Amino acid sequence: MSDLDALADRPLLEALATHYNYWITIFLMCAGMFIVVARSNMIKTLVGLGIFQTSAYLLYLSPGKILGGTPPIIADDLAVYSNPLPHVLILTAIVVGVATLALGLALTVRIHEAYDTIEEDEITDVVDREDYAATEAPE
Amino acid sequence: MRLDVILRVAAKLFIPFIIMFGLYVHLHGDFGPGGGFQAGVIIAAAIVLYAIIFGKAAALRAVPKWAVELMVPLGVLIYAGVGVWSMIMGGEYLNYNVLLHAGEPVGTYDAIHGQHWGVFLVEIGVLVTVTGTMLTIFYSFAGRGRPDE
Amino acid sequence: MVLLTLLAAITVGIIRTRNLFAVVVLSGAYSFLMASVMIVLDGIDVAMTEASVGAGISTVLVLSALYLTKIHEAPPRYSSALPFAASAGMGAMLIYGTYDLPPFGVADQPVNTHVGAQYIANNMAETDIPNVVTAVLASYRGFDTLGEVTVIFTAGIGVMLLLKRWGQA
Repeated sequence: MSDLDALADRPLLEALATHYNYWITIFLMCAGMFIVVARSNMIKTLVGLGIFQTSAYLLYLSPGKILGGTPPIIADDLAVYSNPLPHVLILTAIVVGVATLALGLALTVRIHEAYDTIEEDEITDVVDREDYAATEAPE
Repeated sequence: MRLDVILRVAAKLFIPFIIMFGLYVHLHGDFGPGGGFQAGVIIAAAIVLYAIIFGKAAALRAVPKWAVELMVPLGVLIYAGVGVWSMIMGGEYLNYNVLLHAGEPVGTYDAIHGQHWGVFLVEIGVLVTVTGTMLTIFYSFAGRGRPDE
Repeated sequence: MVLLTLLAAITVGIIRTRNLFAVVVLSGAYSFLMASVMIVLDGIDVAMTEASVGAGISTVLVLSALYLTKIHEAPPRYSSALPFAASAGMGAMLIYGTYDLPPFGVADQPVNTHVGAQYIANNMAETDIPNVVTAVLASYRGFDTLGEVTVIFTAGIGVMLLLKRWGQA
């Protein structure tokens, strides 16, 4: 930790060296959320959701790393291992994420066949028009 | 289309090795990185590569739909079956210590070998389900076709 | 650190691009970069899974969905100032919160000392499997893996229900 002591009198640089991965994680999380909220194309929304999920994986994995440790496979001549518990959780999360992506894409394909568009704004227009026509004309 | 001769020859050389690598990753999951999920995805990717280069009909002849759809619940059945086997042998659900009987002292269990067998069977279940699901999803997407065709 | 900055740069590219084919290629590159970052963080099982699933299967699935729908994204109808402000506000609050998080790579945090160290210490005596991640996944936390396999099974059945044409090859 000697190189960190050299930075002790420059607090922002020291914070950058130790917390940079958290800041990038938060940037990716906010970018993913921005894509989901602000863009109306469904496939881009699903890609943005994937980015959000991978930022959550980074958030779990970075505290588990021990500087000077090795990957958690036990061999006789190694002593310090990184924490294996986050790896297990993230392994499950990655595969569940791809299952969700597959289902979302299948739904998108069916919506395209029904409405001939995959932009949420245009679909909302069509649905609003149908609702208006249904309530407007009492036959 | 004769422009894809390079693709066809290269794919014919690669695909068996990809499947073999997938099996290697699965069976060496105890000693290095790997395991059921990675191996299942690698094997599914090899068959998807075959379908992309040689056409959907050739892929459906090689790996038919009924086989792929059978693999999807078969893995879950194997996994749950290991748990039921534990309960039959007298322990709790998915307790691998009680799977095998030990040699000399009659009535006790061989914990280490029970763990090995338990993990081995469970990983096979995971491999089968993951391969089946990825291929089912790919076949479903590929078999849809555009409405104007 | 360079890898993380590249990740952020690719994400900005994904937001700005409107040709969805380019978005798919960029997301494949993003998955590969994420796998490299995970290798640096000592998560080798996770890196292999992320590379094969994120850059392989995910790219194939989005490409086949793109073939069945449209390739271009329409320009955004409403101004994106409010979502941008909301995301930036959330980001600022979270960055303020990270000052309490432990610095990167230190070994005596509660995350690394309680259950994780116990698994590493007892693994060879109880299961004799060198790869601790596989042992934890299949044996110590085998019930969670059963739930995960069930989720994959459910996703396969769901896609079959949505997209399969019965009675056709």
